[in-house]
Amino acid sequence: MLSRIAESMFWIGRYVERAEDTARILDVQTQLILEESGIDERETCRMLMSIMGADLEPEDEVDVTTVLRQLAYNPDSPTSIATALGAARESARRARETLSVPMWEAINTTYRAIPSGQFRATRPPMVFQWVRERAALINGTADATMTRDEGWQFLMLGRCIERADMTSRLVATAAVSTGSPWTSTLRACGAYEAFLRTYRGLETDRAAAEFLLLDRLFPRSVVFSLNRAEQCVDNLESQGQRAGFQNEAQRLLGRTRAELEYRSLSDVLADLPHEMERLQRTCALATDAITRRYFAGAESLTWQGVLA
Amino acid sequence: MSTLFEGYSGTRHAYDEMFDAETLRAPYERLRTSLNDLTIPDLAARVEALQASYLDQGVTFDIGGEERAFPLDILPRVIEMDTWSGIERGVQQRVAALEAFLADVYDAGQVFADGVIPRRVIVTSSHYHRQAAGVRPPNGVRVHVSGIDLVRDDEGEFRVLEDNVRVPSGVSYVMTNRRAISSALPEPFADHRIRPVAGYPQRLLAALRASAPAGVQDPTVVVLTPGVYNGAYFEHALLARTMGIELVEGRDLECRRGRVMMRTTKGLAQVHVIYRRVDDEFIDPVHFRADSMLGCPGLIDAARAGNVTIANAIGNGVADDKLVYTYMPDLIRYYLGEEPVLKNVDTWRVGDADAREEVLDRLDELVLKPVDGSGGKGIVIGPRATPAELVELRTKILADPRSWIAQPVVQLSTVPTYVDGKFGPRHVDLRPFAVNDGQRVWVLPGGLTRVALAEGELIVNSSRGGGSKDTWVLAGTGRVAPHVEPEPAEPVAPTPTAPQTTGPALTDTGSGQEQQQQQQQGAARC
Repeated sequence: MLSRIAESMFWIGRYVERAEDTARILDVQTQLILEESGIDERETCRMLMSIMGADLEPEDEVDVTTVLRQLAYNPDSPTSIATALGAARESARRARETLSVPMWEAINTTYRAIPSGQFRATRPPMVFQWVRERAALINGTADATMTRDEGWQFLMLGRCIERADMTSRLVATAAVSTGSPWTSTLRACGAYEAFLRTYRGLETDRAAAEFLLLDRLFPRSVVFSLNRAEQCVDNLESQGQRAGFQNEAQRLLGRTRAELEYRSLSDVLADLPHEMERLQRTCALATDAITRRYFAGAESLTWQGVLA
Repeated sequence: MSTLFEGYSGTRHAYDEMFDAETLRAPYERLRTSLNDLTIPDLAARVEALQASYLDQGVTFDIGGEERAFPLDILPRVIEMDTWSGIERGVQQRVAALEAFLADVYDAGQVFADGVIPRRVIVTSSHYHRQAAGVRPPNGVRVHVSGIDLVRDDEGEFRVLEDNVRVPSGVSYVMTNRRAISSALPEPFADHRIRPVAGYPQRLLAALRASAPAGVQDPTVVVLTPGVYNGAYFEHALLARTMGIELVEGRDLECRRGRVMMRTTKGLAQVHVIYRRVDDEFIDPVHFRADSMLGCPGLIDAARAGNVTIANAIGNGVADDKLVYTYMPDLIRYYLGEEPVLKNVDTWRVGDADAREEVLDRLDELVLKPVDGSGGKGIVIGPRATPAELVELRTKILADPRSWIAQPVVQLSTVPTYVDGKFGPRHVDLRPFAVNDGQRVWVLPGGLTRVALAEGELIVNSSRGGGSKDTWVLAGTGRVAPHVEPEPAEPVAPTPTAPQTTGPALTDTGSGQEQQQQQQQGAARC
């Protein structure tokens, strides 16, 4: 597979996931601000913006409207859902010949809501639902129509790395929120029922964090996502190594997952925001490693002798 | 009469393909009968659905960076079997002559020695490339794909308007138009026996594989595109996808030791055949424009060494030169010993002193075309030009007569077209596509019908707001001609709270490259 196409597939996976997860995070937080009277709107909004990596000056006034503009609607803001959907479509356009027609159409029709103005006109709770539905459609179409070749592995790799990154942001926002954010956070992940069944109705913040970070069976948990990402890299490196890992991405993902799994939960929870930052840094480093390894096309060259 | 066509009348001078004065022409009888059940509102709803589907599918082209849905008219153009077989023979003959001519031009030049065409016509052509001299393509083919533009004159006779043997575009719309119309008008579609167009990618792939360098058993074929900013990117992607091969950009390629390699996730892989959609001038900065970011340095040398085939061949542009066009009937007689099946449009060579005098006298009634223009660029239609424009034209002609030809205003035929809620006559042309695999020239039944959407407008190019029609070539009463066993497509090789990592997709293309991608659309735009 062409390096450039592999790169596009990887980023389609990431951007679609990013749009979806941003919608999930905003959904929880806007609900909380609305429902919990004790919440300081400005403080929550500042925190939300900073966790999502949006640029913010100390003197900037931040309220829900600003947050929605920066993180959802504004196609010029690098952290917005609109931008993520646009970028997913641009990546898809660049890899168009390798995508199935239904896959392309699912992405393209999603994107078209932005220039047509429909996206901007849809109000918050509806827009979040719409984004989740579109992402489900795109992911489902991919699942059903793509062969499990390299292109698929890169798409999944992008999706899983982004999901690990974004779940960690979700957990971080919950950790610093006042009020009782964990129930909403679980709901936003579509994890609430699964969580209740797993923990037999025993709702504690600690259990919720454990579920979102460490559950091995829940598909949006950090450990699950890292595991999947590792598997993808594994599949890409088909010639099995006897010892160690030559692939930097593999090493980074595996080490971080193991650290999460083997350290005591109390340890991780002690400084959750900081731990989550570390996780996000790992995702960024892994992306760099993947870029160097597969997308530059040069580093993966091995000596093949003089060409005949 | 169906309400749909009530009040329809053709224009006075042009040949209308559906109606002869008041009566319906034979090829359209069945179409009108099957459309009878539709009312205007029915049709309007279908037209709307048709346009929406093109936007959703992204069947688009770019004008100056803006992406637009390719306009498709709902009423197909119908061509009878016998009429089509004439076109088919004519195109095959034309391509055969063009192949022979190009081989001669870049080799012995016998045609000059025999005085059929002056050598200076060739060497003064801006598309003649010495770099191509002496490169012998593996199976002798230089014109792997061609698009011969035809118009139907006021007598209803098809004539050749120009030859496109560089990178003719538009075939993707032939395929997508067919699918869109068959779902928009399933009833009429079912009532006809229409020759299929879906076999094109397999034909093309077979021809490209056949052109691989000698000794390569299972050649790797790629499509080379200038990139996503190119107006025809949709087409490049569609061709690559339907052939099941890689779509590469110049930066995906690298020449090593006279071989062309592409960068893959598993390292470099050799490429044997490049179906390029990048113009000559941009394809290899070593030999052409040194500032080109679209091509790959070393490509021409690799081709010369016989390690890669470039399709269509470098330097084909001389045959597209409109001055060479005027010699085509003679060239057909010279190389094939046959009379041309399809006539040219009458043409004056402004470079000849006698012709120039007459042309300058009659500027206000002729069409003046720059010989190396395409996409309708630079054309002046005398009767529509202002006196000031004519004065300017005269100056340009006198300064460089070699660069101009003149033709009488051809009233292109009209076909009913749905505009503003009703059918009106609009001018059309036809670009049949031919694929040469070295054994035989195959002509795609139908081709791209382009239609000028403004009333009375004679320029049909999409860059000038033209649209298209699905083109139905009717099959005979026997079986629909089965397409040749398609060759199987080869398998495709297989900061913490700081800003989030952002993919390269939005930023990795410098604006210079973007401009080049857009600019290099000189050749054969549709």
